[in-house]
Amino acid sequence: MKPRNLKKNIRSNKSFKNELKRRFDMWLLQHAQAFIFSLGQYIKTPISSILTTMVIGISLALPANFYLLLDNIRYVSSSWDDSVQITLFLQTDIDEIRAAELANILAENNNISETHLIKRADALVEYQKLSGFADALNSLNENPLPNVILVTPTYADVNEATTEALIKELEALSEVDSAQYDKRWLKRLLYLLDVVNRLIVVLSTFLAIAVLLIVGNTIRLSIDNRRSEIEITKLFGGTDRFIQRPFLYSGFWYGASSSIIAWLLLIISMRMLDGPVNKLAKLYNSDFQLIGLSLGNMLILLASGIALGLLGSWIAVKRHLRAIEPT
Amino acid sequence: MNYPGGNEALRNINLHIEQGAMVYITGRSGAGKSTLLRLIALIDRHSRGQIIVNGQNLERVRNRRIPIFRRHIGFMFQDHRLLNDRTLFDNVALPLVIAGYRHQEVRKRVQAALDKVNLLPKVNSYPMALSGGEQQRVGVARAVVHRPAILLADEPTGNLDPALSWDTMNLFEQFNQVGVTVIIASHDIDMISRMSKRIITLKTGRILTQNVMTTET
Repeated sequence: MKPRNLKKNIRSNKSFKNELKRRFDMWLLQHAQAFIFSLGQYIKTPISSILTTMVIGISLALPANFYLLLDNIRYVSSSWDDSVQITLFLQTDIDEIRAAELANILAENNNISETHLIKRADALVEYQKLSGFADALNSLNENPLPNVILVTPTYADVNEATTEALIKELEALSEVDSAQYDKRWLKRLLYLLDVVNRLIVVLSTFLAIAVLLIVGNTIRLSIDNRRSEIEITKLFGGTDRFIQRPFLYSGFWYGASSSIIAWLLLIISMRMLDGPVNKLAKLYNSDFQLIGLSLGNMLILLASGIALGLLGSWIAVKRHLRAIEPT
Repeated sequence: MNYPGGNEALRNINLHIEQGAMVYITGRSGAGKSTLLRLIALIDRHSRGQIIVNGQNLERVRNRRIPIFRRHIGFMFQDHRLLNDRTLFDNVALPLVIAGYRHQEVRKRVQAALDKVNLLPKVNSYPMALSGGEQQRVGVARAVVHRPAILLADEPTGNLDPALSWDTMNLFEQFNQVGVTVIIASHDIDMISRMSKRIITLKTGRILTQNVMTTET
């Protein structure tokens, strides 16, 4: 399109619109061509394409796998979170009536919102049912379990010190053998998860940089390989945008296919973990199932793969394409 | 025109080539033939003076506009520079694809161009499957498929035997007859002097002679 014609077209609105439409069509056509051409390039060299894709896919799968693991642990620990209670194991010589009295007295305490008594007889029945030690327990002459009072503190989350003081106070009671506070190790677990979380962020950053380098290097090699083609294209009036487009789309394809590889690797690892985890969960009387990748997270994986692929190829293109001039 | 190192490749050139003309540029290696073509195509920029191509002052063509400027030019090279991993169709289609032509139009023009150089039956072959002369003709088809205003050919017959060279030159003449300005750099004096066209002889960056040789009777 000669500039002169464009100016003439601008004068009349309708033909200007036509011109805009023509340019848009051309733009769309050239994108479609680059899109398909780059896919063709990808398929033309299947071995090297797949190897590169696998490397990127594994780099993406690693942080995704860790993230999923963390997600599962969070899920498990969150179900424990509401059961923040102090468990009072009473002395074995305290009978059920005395235990019930104690539970009522404790419920009056300002720092305690409620108490729940688990009678030793009930506990035995439940334990027999769950543990699988029914026969062994039957052979015992007397119930080895103590009465237990579950104490729910009023300020469990608000004031750690108050809770600690309450535990000390309860442990000092002559009827109480020991007081266990569930939250203490849960807190430690949560802090540990924070550390792991941070670790995953650091690891993901490193692996993202690795993906950028891998994609960048792959695109750089393919720019080198197609040097003569780039020169010819520049000679026949190909703009920088026109020339870089297929390379950017190559980055897109690498990113997208790697995300799918990463997703497959995730599914495989979940399958491999599923059996052992279920067995473990059964031991804890839980029907916990491993959480897979949600649709949203899958899209995030895909999007980050594509974004890294595009960015990597863009860096390579900016660095290397400009340097090639026809001779 | 200055190359790095301070050597002037072309000096005091004063040259006018009419639109629609066909001229030969000759001279020994290093005389400045290629440089002149490179300046016209804006592969290199001149350091002094003024060059006007196709009505455009090259000094005013910004780097960003160079691709658009080059779409009015067709190129041919001694080593033909075809893309070996593409079919003849894709090779010849390149200038049209760059300019964003629609597929039907591309097909039509590529077929016409290949037909013109008698290679239409091999449209789906790869360049490696062709003889040197055929490859050169593909180069011709690619150079004219987008109907450029100017055709620049750098030693287009350098690797061809005399009969093939003659055919190629005749092909150029046919394009010239439909209005394309043809500029050919060649050191094959014997042949170009038989073409009865203007010949510009360069020597160490200066114009030695420019006239129409008519040695042939």
